[in-house]
Amino acid sequence: MSVTAPLAWLGHLVLSILAETGRVSRFTGATLAALVRPPFYAREFLHALLQIGWLSLPVVGMTALFTGGALALQIYAGGARFSAESVVPSIVAIGMARELGPVLGGLMVAARVASSIAAEIGTMKVTEQVDALVTLSTDPMKYLTVPRVLAATLSMPVLVAVGDSIGIFGGYLVGVNRLDFNGATYIKNTVDFLQFWDVGSGLVKGAVFGFLVALMGCYHGMNSGRGAQGVGRATKSAVVAASVLILAANYLLTEAFFSA
Amino acid sequence: MIRLTDLHKSFGANRVLAGVTLEVARGESMVIIGGSGTGKSVLLKSILGLVTPDAGRIEIDGQEVAGARMGRAAREAFLARFGMLFQGAALFDSLKVWENVAFRLLHGPGKLSKAEARDRAIDRLRRVGLRPEVADLYPAELSGGMQKRAGLARAIAANPEIIFFDEPTTGLDPIMAGVINELIREIVTEMGATAMTITHDMTSVRAIADRVAMLHGGQIRWTGPVADMDATPDPYVQQFIHGRAEGPIAAVR
Repeated sequence: MSVTAPLAWLGHLVLSILAETGRVSRFTGATLAALVRPPFYAREFLHALLQIGWLSLPVVGMTALFTGGALALQIYAGGARFSAESVVPSIVAIGMARELGPVLGGLMVAARVASSIAAEIGTMKVTEQVDALVTLSTDPMKYLTVPRVLAATLSMPVLVAVGDSIGIFGGYLVGVNRLDFNGATYIKNTVDFLQFWDVGSGLVKGAVFGFLVALMGCYHGMNSGRGAQGVGRATKSAVVAASVLILAANYLLTEAFFSA
Repeated sequence: MIRLTDLHKSFGANRVLAGVTLEVARGESMVIIGGSGTGKSVLLKSILGLVTPDAGRIEIDGQEVAGARMGRAAREAFLARFGMLFQGAALFDSLKVWENVAFRLLHGPGKLSKAEARDRAIDRLRRVGLRPEVADLYPAELSGGMQKRAGLARAIAANPEIIFFDEPTTGLDPIMAGVINELIREIVTEMGATAMTITHDMTSVRAIADRVAMLHGGQIRWTGPVADMDATPDPYVQQFIHGRAEGPIAAVR
C-alpha cells in the first residue's frame, strides 16, 4: 500500500459525499417542481395522510407520554438541588414543546414512515412498477413522491401538537401522583409559563422533520438497488439519513429561532 | 414505423448496445432474441425513454423520439400510443386488478368515469380469459399466469398502436406459456398493432413472430422472417435456436 492511499481514500469520500448531496438536492428540486404542477393525485394523498399521520398517532403518543413522565422526575430531582422543585410544570412544558415533542416525534416517525416508504417504493422500483407508471403516462414523482412528502409535511405538526399535549399530560400524571403537586397548580403553572412561540417553533420544526422523513424515504426508495438486498439497503439508508437530518436540522432551527 | 439507427448505450464500462440498427414495419410482430444480459430490455426501455441512449436515433413514423427530453404534453401523447407487458407483470399491488387494468383510463387526459373505466377493464379482462370476479382482487391474490394475463389486459386497455412484451412467458408453465403466446398473437392481429417482443423462449418466437432479430454483442446479428430462421447458416442463430452449449456464443457471460 502506498503512502498516498489514505489521501486517495479521503478524496474518494469527499467526492462521494458531494455527489450524494448533489443528487439529493436535485431530487428535492424535482419534488418541489412536481408539487406545484398538475395533476395532483388526491386519492394517493389521502392514503398517505392516513398511513403517515393517523397511524403514527399511537407511537408518537406513547413516546411523548413516557418522555413527559421521565422528564418530570428528572427535573424534580435536579430542581431539588437548589430548592426549585416548583419549576417542574413549566420546564416540562417548554422541554416538550420546544425540543422533545418535535425531535422524538420526528425520530419515531422516521423509524416508522421513512422505512415503510423506502421499502414500498424500493420494491416498486425493483419489480418495474415505477417503470410501468411511466409507460402509463404517469410521473412517479407526482404519483408517489408528492403525495407522501405533502402528507408528512402537513401531518407532522399535528402529530407534534398531539405529542406535546400528551407529554405535558405525562408530566402532570407523574407530578400529581408521584411528586405531590397540586393538580390545579400544575396546570396553572404550565399554562402561565408557556408562550406561543414555544409551541409554534416546535410545530415549524415538525413540518420540516416531516418533509425530511418522507423525502428521504422516497429518495432512497427511488434509488434502490436490485433485489431484496437493494431494498433492504435503501430502507436502512432512508432511516439513517432521515434521523441524522432531523437532528442536524433541529440544531440549525434552534439556532435560528432562539439564539440571542 | 419504428426505426432504430446506430443505438449505443453503456452502463459504466459495460457496453450493452453497440450500434443497434433495426426497422419494424407497421402492424408487424417483431421478436428479438438473445441471451440474458444482451441488452434486449435496454433496447425496449430506450424506445420508451425509460433509459436514455448515449448515441443513435429512434424514430416512430419518421419522427425522432427525444426520450426524457420531450416536453410533458408531447411525452404523454407519445406514451399514450404504447402498451407494455412487463416481465413480472409489474401490477401495482396497492390497487385492485380492475384499477390496474384501467389505470390509464382513470388518469390523465380524456379519462373515463369510474363506471365506464371499470366496464372497459372487465371487458379487457374477459378478452385475456379472466373472469369478472377477478376484477376486485388484489394482484397478490393472483397466480403468476393470472398476473401475466392481467398485465396483458392493462397493456391493451387503451387500444395502443404499439405493444411491447418483455419476456412474456418467463416463469410460466409450458401450457400457460402456450396460452399467453396464443393470446398475444390473437390480440396483436385483431388490434392491428405493431408488436415488439423480447424473449429467449423459442416456442414463443415461433408462435408470435412475423420477423425475428437476434441481438448479440450489442448489435443485431441477424434479422429476417421467422420462416427463414431455421435455414440461416448464421452460427450464432443456429446455436441459439437449438440451445447448443458448443458454438460461437460463450456459455459464461
